[in-house]
Amino acid sequence: MELDLQNAWSVASKDFAIFRKRKGIVITTIALPLGIALGFPGIVVTLSQYAGTPIDASLAPFLNAFSFWFVIGAASLPSGIASYSIAGEKIQKSLEPLLATPMKDSEILLGKTIASFLPPIASMWAGSVVYMIIMDLVTRPGFGYLYYPNWSFGVMLLLLAPLASILAIELTVIVSARANDVRTVQQFTGVMFFPFLVIYLMTEIGVIVLNTANLLIMSGIFLAIDLFLFYLSTATFKREEILTKWK
Amino acid sequence: MIDVEGLTRKFDDLLAVDQVTLSVDEGEVFGFLGPNGAGKTTTVRMLCCLISKTSGAARIGEYDIGSASDQPRIRRMIGLVPDNVGLYEELSAYKNLDYYGRYYKVDETKRRERIEYFLKLLGLWEKRDVAAGAFSKGMKQKLSIARALIHDPQVLFLDEPTANLDPEASKTVRDFILDLKREKKTIFLNTHNLDEAQKICDRIGILNTKLVALGTPTELERSISGRKTVIQLEAISQAIVSAVKRVAAGAVETEGNKLIIGVNDPEKQNPDIIDAISTVGGRIQFVTALSSTLEDVYLKLVRGQ
Repeated sequence: MELDLQNAWSVASKDFAIFRKRKGIVITTIALPLGIALGFPGIVVTLSQYAGTPIDASLAPFLNAFSFWFVIGAASLPSGIASYSIAGEKIQKSLEPLLATPMKDSEILLGKTIASFLPPIASMWAGSVVYMIIMDLVTRPGFGYLYYPNWSFGVMLLLLAPLASILAIELTVIVSARANDVRTVQQFTGVMFFPFLVIYLMTEIGVIVLNTANLLIMSGIFLAIDLFLFYLSTATFKREEILTKWK
Repeated sequence: MIDVEGLTRKFDDLLAVDQVTLSVDEGEVFGFLGPNGAGKTTTVRMLCCLISKTSGAARIGEYDIGSASDQPRIRRMIGLVPDNVGLYEELSAYKNLDYYGRYYKVDETKRRERIEYFLKLLGLWEKRDVAAGAFSKGMKQKLSIARALIHDPQVLFLDEPTANLDPEASKTVRDFILDLKREKKTIFLNTHNLDEAQKICDRIGILNTKLVALGTPTELERSISGRKTVIQLEAISQAIVSAVKRVAAGAVETEGNKLIIGVNDPEKQNPDIIDAISTVGGRIQFVTALSSTLEDVYLKLVRGQ
């Protein structure tokens, strides 16, 4: 099936223009990665000073766990945006005129996916750069080397975080078909970060080690889930379905 | 321009549109009347290729609504004004039109020209940078019509375009539809408003799941009870009634000093009737034509009265 990317980009551009008008979305998209980027180095420094122990290489496994928050953020931010983009448009009744245009369902869905994917992932990546710089500044004297960048964080940022974002968006499309308002969609998709939070907690207590191999396995699992949800979301986002079966 | 043959749509066990057959010529304003749930919106959605048909056939221009390859071509040649305007409330009037211009791939120069043209025509140019959400209902409706026209479609589908508008805004929208008719646009108008249909539609179809009537407003008015002539007399007498009955082909009823006479061809019969009344000494005050109103026709057909 041939996709016209210009069409998808037109839909995404319109959504970007709307998001810029929604302060809540803008603030959340900037604040969460920035909070992670500043928060964890702050915790490391504060705890070190409070406990009176110097920062050394024994802290390294925790840094990997901290890094995982960028995956959690990538999983939780897009659903907020996608819920406005899909359920919000459905409620505002602006989907019907959009569906009456010559664009394919898949182009519209792709446009909405781009709009929900790019700002959070770009924000998370930007936040991760700030995080790496600050954490390296904090830990280098004790570690004796630069902890970041490393392969594990690379897999998290470039593979797992995008897959987590896509998973959240696809789930939002599916939930949007069954919900009557944006808040309901956000409540349902808000639980998206729980599985990732569980993974984080398991790394903190040492059940899972976030090394490159394990992260690649996780990415494979999420890729399989993404592909399954992609099938479901494209079947859900069809003109006929939207106008006759969506609530 | 629009040819529909036995178009039917079922939603599970519910028959929403049943065997509708009609055609709309190029440049015609076609009114589609019917109560809530009659299937008007479903018909429009099928014709706009938004939902599929269960059976039957329809063509817009030379394209078949049932053909997957024709559907994008149909969408390109039509404009839709849905019953809910569905504007991007956060975006300005200009941006609303601009994005739709992009969706239809109208090139940038033409897009700018057309946006300016429509916003000026509809009196919205001064408010082009105001968010659509801040507009009145009438302004939103005008903007949604402009949005549907941004790519210069040949056929315009309007679903209840004047619902919830005040009389002045309704008139603006109606006048705009008549302007479009002068531009030879084909217009398919879903409406509840009988007066509006009568004023602007060349032909009307009355839908109640099935198409129960089709014709010009005048044809429909005459279709129920034929044509009647009402003669107001100074005083009525049995001699007058008998004289009228001798020359009139249809029934003759009296109501006070009024005679209500069924006529097949009033232009020919009325002079004979007036002569007959004068001959027996009747004095005529007024002569008027009486036919059923579109409302009478609509109610009779829809309610089965």
